[in-house]
Amino acid sequence: MATRRAEADAVLLGVGMVGAMVGRELTRAGLKVVGLERGEPQFTVPDFQGPHMHDELRYSVRKALMQDTAKETFTFRHAANETALPIRRLASFLPGTGLGGSLVHWNGQTYRFQDSDFRLRTHTTERYGKNFIPADVTIQDWGVTAAELEPYFDRFEYLMGTSGKAGNIKGRKIAGGNPFEDPRSREYPTPPQKEPYGSAMFRKAASSLGYHPFPQPSCNLSQPYTNPEGQELKTCTFCGFCERYGCEHFAKSTAQTTLLPALLSDPNFELRTGCQVVKINVDNTQKTATGVTYIGANGEEIEQPAKLVIVGMFALNNVRMLLLSKIGQPYDPASGSGVVGRNYAYQTTSSVQVFYDESVNINPFMRSGANGTLIADFVSDNFDHGPLAFIGGAYIGEVMTHGRPIEFHPTPPGTPSWGSAWKKAVLQHYNHTTVLNIHGSSTAIRQNYLDLDPTYKDAWGQPLLRMTFDFPDNDIKMSAYLTDKALEIGKAMGGQQVVGSPRKGPYNITQYQTTHNTGGTVMGTDPSTSVVNRYLQSWDVPNVFVIGASNYPQNASYNPTGTLGALAYWAADAIVTKYLKSPGPLMHI
Amino acid sequence: MDTISRRSFLKAAGAAAAGLATACDRASRPVTASRTQYSWLNVDEAGFIEPAIARLVPADESGPGALEANVAVYIDLQLAGAWGAGERLYRSGPWQQGKPTQGYQLPFTPAELFRNSMRAITDDVRKTNQVSFAKLTAADQDAYLKALEGGGKDLGGVPSNIFFQSLLEMTIEGFFSDPAYGGNKDMAAWKQIGFPGAYANYYDLVDKHGIEFRRPPMSLAQDASGTIHIHVEPPAQSAAKGR
Ligand SMILES: Cc1cc2nc3c(=O)[nH]c(=O)nc-3n(C[C@H](O)[C@H](O)[C@H](O)COP(=O)(O)OP(=O)(O)OC[C@H]3O[C@@H](n4cnc5c(N)ncnc54)[C@H](O)[C@@H]3O)c2cc1C
Repeated sequence: MATRRAEADAVLLGVGMVGAMVGRELTRAGLKVVGLERGEPQFTVPDFQGPHMHDELRYSVRKALMQDTAKETFTFRHAANETALPIRRLASFLPGTGLGGSLVHWNGQTYRFQDSDFRLRTHTTERYGKNFIPADVTIQDWGVTAAELEPYFDRFEYLMGTSGKAGNIKGRKIAGGNPFEDPRSREYPTPPQKEPYGSAMFRKAASSLGYHPFPQPSCNLSQPYTNPEGQELKTCTFCGFCERYGCEHFAKSTAQTTLLPALLSDPNFELRTGCQVVKINVDNTQKTATGVTYIGANGEEIEQPAKLVIVGMFALNNVRMLLLSKIGQPYDPASGSGVVGRNYAYQTTSSVQVFYDESVNINPFMRSGANGTLIADFVSDNFDHGPLAFIGGAYIGEVMTHGRPIEFHPTPPGTPSWGSAWKKAVLQHYNHTTVLNIHGSSTAIRQNYLDLDPTYKDAWGQPLLRMTFDFPDNDIKMSAYLTDKALEIGKAMGGQQVVGSPRKGPYNITQYQTTHNTGGTVMGTDPSTSVVNRYLQSWDVPNVFVIGASNYPQNASYNPTGTLGALAYWAADAIVTKYLKSPGPLMHI
Repeated sequence: MDTISRRSFLKAAGAAAAGLATACDRASRPVTASRTQYSWLNVDEAGFIEPAIARLVPADESGPGALEANVAVYIDLQLAGAWGAGERLYRSGPWQQGKPTQGYQLPFTPAELFRNSMRAITDDVRKTNQVSFAKLTAADQDAYLKALEGGGKDLGGVPSNIFFQSLLEMTIEGFFSDPAYGGNKDMAAWKQIGFPGAYANYYDLVDKHGIEFRRPPMSLAQDASGTIHIHVEPPAQSAAKGR
């Protein structure tokens, strides 16, 4: 029998980025909130301090801050007619564990998706006609617009202190910023970070080709900043240990540096760590959640009743929790019916290497997680897709984040993978190579989806989430076209040799690509194609809100987290100003 | 395993004593040139790993290779520790071979994978060549490693290409990781490529484009006198759990 705790006004499933943000809004509104986090508590001091944090083997290779796959992982196959096998070691994507979630070890590349992303189906049809979208491509509108989200984007960036340069303030174009961005209400809270050498060469080359380079918006701060929560962030030192590491300098915006001190000192909030949530409990009407069941740090089963359930467990885990709790109809790819697990998408990335001669010192180790220069000329629908016959785009940029040598030791094509020639090539090119990223969108197609695995279980005996995914033809075409554009820019950068190849199938889960998994609990205005409404409220069980990149109907060109921050504030605002006044569905069909 | 005391003896006795070791070695086992005290590798395994990593990352005019940088010590410590025991490896069956793009699907921990493979390699090399791997010429060693890399050989249940990839990965890790883990001795790998290691403040330099950065590297396990203290393989769990 489970031990039963006193009822909370709200329970948070996961205290990562979403949990910390929504928890803060709800306690501020006077709710008693319990935060359940499966991992350990962790803080800048003492946990992220140097020099032990600067340990590439432990953090990058052994992945010390990530979900422990011995206990819990995912299964993967390319197509529904194959047997999915467990991902026995995570590699392609790396969800975090512990207080603060994946934001602890993110890079801090912070963007806003564009209005054309939020209205993708409508926009594409309007511009290119009804027949432009292939039959198996299930892209759809989000049910929100960039203009509606602007105040929430703004609030998120001011929480984080994001360093960047505006390109469009209230419709007025600003030189030096991103000319393609939708209007923003004001400048970024802090100016851009310093520009490294490789980025400067990219800027020059891109400009010479007529493109519009701008500094990457960064949550590694360019100068000290005090946010509206009273938290003080410091200046980034370009230490080169950002992605996969905690920041020792209080210079990366994370839950730890922007929110948690305020949240944890609020008497309305109770944090419980080491708590593995296994199920959302629903009453016998199937329309109201009564709380959750979790396994506590000592292995005991505990029931936590709550009036409001906030699911913020990272995109993939959000989908799994709904499936385990039987909330919403699971997606069936054969009939195309059902919604939970539908429209799983990813990020279509590729890279171009520019090899210089030994007189050009790139110093790749002098980097932050987000201090490059890029162009948005090929993002989303910022270019004419008519003659190209694909949907979506990519940003192209010199956005290197480190020169840590286990992961980074580039050699030109034709170099053997070991032996004398390999060693010579590594020594010759390590400090004289720069890399361009082509960071592309991912369309949803009927065949790609998530469900529960019939065979493999986690340490608590629950089915793992099964991923059925391969790169859609559309995205392969997009990658081919844009990798060529990046090669042209690379050639204009004056290297000796410029090489790169587009993303091709089959999807390989053994290579890191991004932790930008999206979809599966899609938001929208039509319950037959979405799991949550435009306020991220479950259509089926209205006192459950599901918040994560799992809400994205498809993935856009930019990194997802800036948009997730806006959505989390948007949903929290709807809960506080609408739902709490009159609990029940916020949208009626 | 009685290897520890014998290795301690070898270490104390120095290079000249290597020949003497034959007497106290297990009968019919050939001598290894190793003078290093390992905690997990046995004498045959060390007799394979040491020359193999020397071929994977050879010493040259620029500086030490994997062997000289003590990468065998790194591999030994890793296999002896949490990593070798399958830390963070999902180990529930059913076990089924998938496509390479689905990742590792063998039922072995890294320690089991290395032990099985190296036992099979020792027998295989001796059967075909009458001598141990260490005694082959460099060209023959390279040819043997290439054959492993190409796959096709079964090494006690481990496809040889999978073993080879693991060995190569661990060699590169040991060469480039912090010397705290036993390899990259004297930060020799970092010095050769120009990576400053755990040192990490470039605020004033990042916009001095193309600057030649000459600061000597720094290890995270280095004390005030510059001595590097090798960790007893710390498990890769979260920082909070580690303390
Ligand atoms: C290496 C890396 C680099 C990244 N870089 C960028 C970047 O530069 N730009 C960008 O836009 N995005 C980046 N991201 C993505 C970004 O980190 C995520 O989008 C963001 O953290 C998602 O927030 P979340 O709240 O949904 O999930 P998380 O922040 O991961 O929080 C989820 C929390 O839920 C907890 N949890 C999960 N399951 C359970 C359970 N059963 N019971 C209790 N608790 C549970 C987890 O432990 C975790 O703490 C990066 C991610 C990674 C891994």
